Amino acid sequence: MFSALVLLSSALLVTAFPVEAASKTSIDTIWNGVEMGPPDAILGIAQNFRASTDERKVNVCVGAYRDETGQPWVLPSVRAAEGKMIENNENKEYLPIDGDAAFVEKALKFAYGADAPLERIAGVQTLSGTGACRIGGKFLAEFFSGNKIYLPVPTWGNHHKIFGECGLDVQTYRYYDRSTNRLDLDGMLADIKDAPDGSIILLHACAHNPTGCDPNSSQWRALMDLIKEKGHLIFFDSAYQGFASGDAEADAQALRNVMKEGLPMLLAQSFAKNFGLYGERCGTLSVVCKDAETKDILMSQLKNIIRPMYSSPPKHGSSIVKTVLSDDALTGQYYKECTQMADRIQSMRTRLVEAIKEAGSTHDWSHVTEQIGMFAYTGMSAEMCDQLTDEYAIYLTRDGRISIAGLNDNNLKYVAEAVHAVTDGKSITSN
Amino acid sequence: MAMNALSRCSNQLRRLPLTRLRQMSTSPWSFFEMAPLDPIIGLNEQFQKDDYPSKVIVGVGAYRDEKGKPFVLPSVRKAEKILAEGGLDMEYAGIAGEPRFVDLALEFAYGEDSAALKEGRIQGVQALSGTGGLRVFGEMMKKHGSTTLYLPNPSWGNHKNIFTNSGLEVKNYRYYDADNSSLDFEGMVHDIKSMPAGSIVLLHACAHNPTGMDPTLEQWKELSSVIKEQDLVTFFDCAYQGFASGDASKDAAAIRMFVEDGHLISMVQSFSKNFGLYGQRVGALSVVGRDAEEAKKVVSQMKTVIRPMYSNPPRHGARLVTTILEDPQLTAEFREECKGMADRINTMRGALKDSLESAGSTRDWSHITDQIGMFAYSGLSNEQVLEMRAKHHVYCTGDGRISMAGVTSDNVDYIANAIHDVAK
Repeated sequence: MFSALVLLSSALLVTAFPVEAASKTSIDTIWNGVEMGPPDAILGIAQNFRASTDERKVNVCVGAYRDETGQPWVLPSVRAAEGKMIENNENKEYLPIDGDAAFVEKALKFAYGADAPLERIAGVQTLSGTGACRIGGKFLAEFFSGNKIYLPVPTWGNHHKIFGECGLDVQTYRYYDRSTNRLDLDGMLADIKDAPDGSIILLHACAHNPTGCDPNSSQWRALMDLIKEKGHLIFFDSAYQGFASGDAEADAQALRNVMKEGLPMLLAQSFAKNFGLYGERCGTLSVVCKDAETKDILMSQLKNIIRPMYSSPPKHGSSIVKTVLSDDALTGQYYKECTQMADRIQSMRTRLVEAIKEAGSTHDWSHVTEQIGMFAYTGMSAEMCDQLTDEYAIYLTRDGRISIAGLNDNNLKYVAEAVHAVTDGKSITSN
Repeated sequence: MAMNALSRCSNQLRRLPLTRLRQMSTSPWSFFEMAPLDPIIGLNEQFQKDDYPSKVIVGVGAYRDEKGKPFVLPSVRKAEKILAEGGLDMEYAGIAGEPRFVDLALEFAYGEDSAALKEGRIQGVQALSGTGGLRVFGEMMKKHGSTTLYLPNPSWGNHKNIFTNSGLEVKNYRYYDADNSSLDFEGMVHDIKSMPAGSIVLLHACAHNPTGMDPTLEQWKELSSVIKEQDLVTFFDCAYQGFASGDASKDAAAIRMFVEDGHLISMVQSFSKNFGLYGQRVGALSVVGRDAEEAKKVVSQMKTVIRPMYSNPPRHGARLVTTILEDPQLTAEFREECKGMADRINTMRGALKDSLESAGSTRDWSHITDQIGMFAYSGLSNEQVLEMRAKHHVYCTGDGRISMAGVTSDNVDYIANAIHDVAK
């Protein structure tokens, strides 16, 4: 019996992974069968952009803000916070497993509101949004195995990978209708209704990535009522708070309404975009509980997931956010800077559509005008996107998503004319 | 017994799919149990809650200066100012981190003169310090058919946790002879010879945690040839380079020997202790391949694990290391400061041993000065450790591991008396 098991498990190993038979030395065997890993879809395109020597090249693929000269922008309030941190001689000690408590408190209030019931919200510091989704997903996989997680179509590409890695059963729900370039509310509600009771539903808190298409308030209401009826568990991903409308409070309305409604929920929060802290990996994962006791228990379980993954989170980004949000002047300054970013993007959005029309396009681009956040989900096909890249050195993702943050006075007309050129006479509603 | 059965039962129950979640009154979390405290970090939490005025903690491996205060290396402070003046952006690093940092990190460990490094056969990624690198390694190996990883007995408390969570089966090889407070080299060699083909064997590059007992160079040489005869995946955990002897190059001797001897090792480096960058989570995970192509393939697989875990690593700490290692002057200062930390610890080792003898202890405490690195593996039993906590409010981990970095001339006598009291 035992030897049969051993044979069976070796057979499984052999079929699943092409490991060579054991030989005398490790040199010839260790890494045989290792294939080159697939390039990441989004980051791979960014890499191609960097490698390109075409003078005309434009980067509108990665969702990182650029100023009007096309340069990365570190918020002045962030710089000021860094200066303060140096003045205060901050040490480099380990943070606790769950992160900087003062930071987490500020972060949760930023999301849930100044009057948030923190005593019953289990919150941990995470490595930005990815880390939060991974910790949250692992947590759910451990304690809700057998339950499905439903992701919108489309969603950020990495969502599928993250939740799949966690071992969750990943399903999808209709979200965006490319034939109308608008929210497919009926499809969305139908699929969420079909999902077994108590499923996990991933919702983008605002500025849906990649479509920029958010439900309006009556649509959110319909969604909430259905989710309540089905007893689903909402997992919010909030990566653009403050960035969507320019008003951080307004952008948090959907998630705050769910909390006020008393529904159980998880929230993955990222400070990559709104604080411009991309590479410093700053975020939180939180779970709204019914009482403080439950919160304590959940905290212990979340810590158990973090400790064997990376022990404790990196402190530079969280110190910055904490420093800004603990200082009234810096906080005021920060909100203005965030609005500034959102306003520039909004202005580029409007001007992009105008410029495409000026170039001669007769398509209906109103969906782009109505979309919100960092991206324009144009409706262009993969072939059109390839043409944009190959012929015009414009680098975007192949789903037709343009990062508006990458547009400025220098490249707007060029991009608009190229978009017109590749879409002229073709459909942007059947891709 | 009945309670255990009940909690097992509730564990089973909670694996069933939930059918309907109602509102907050029927919470989805109602069957949750409190998870156990981490044995090392949980100690801090306990210590914080203790309000005994003379309490002492010698738990977490974090360096303290002679006043018992956290220590930021002066070279790090200088690097920080340079960075602040440089006005660098905060864009995403690549999934593998900044190439410049990775290059410098690998040079630091493998040596500038490493032929393998110059040939491009050694490639790596930035990692979330040691833990993060270990986890990425474990997940990657699991995906590539590995099933079993061997740790020395004992090893760092979090190792088993990390690799079990990676889906590997964790076993032990003999390492420490507790009766004689020495390395059980024969046992180690025997166990390594018995490991099945394809097993991963984890070695501590220097300053073994928690015992502080390292093989001698001759013993490393023998280990190298023993392992050469096997078909094993040799993996080094290097968390104390520079901290063990005070000489970073010397501390890397085992790693460099293995590479020189042709082993295709992989390794995780932590910059938490030697650069004092604990909370910045700076490390590197690397692999030595037969050629550059092969090493790059393995790195691409590391990236596949990283992307759905945290996308890309934090920049600040890596930039500090880069700033220092790019500058010969700062590097020289750093090496001095690191040596300074190692020296203070060694002084404290002597002081603790002397103080124990002065307290009247007749036990043999020579292992305290024989051991190397941050920890003294005291030999105290778990019961004695708990008694020391309760009675004297001296906190160390349950395995009797004392973080020497937390010992100062102010508290050494107090600690010695406490140890003597429970151990006599």
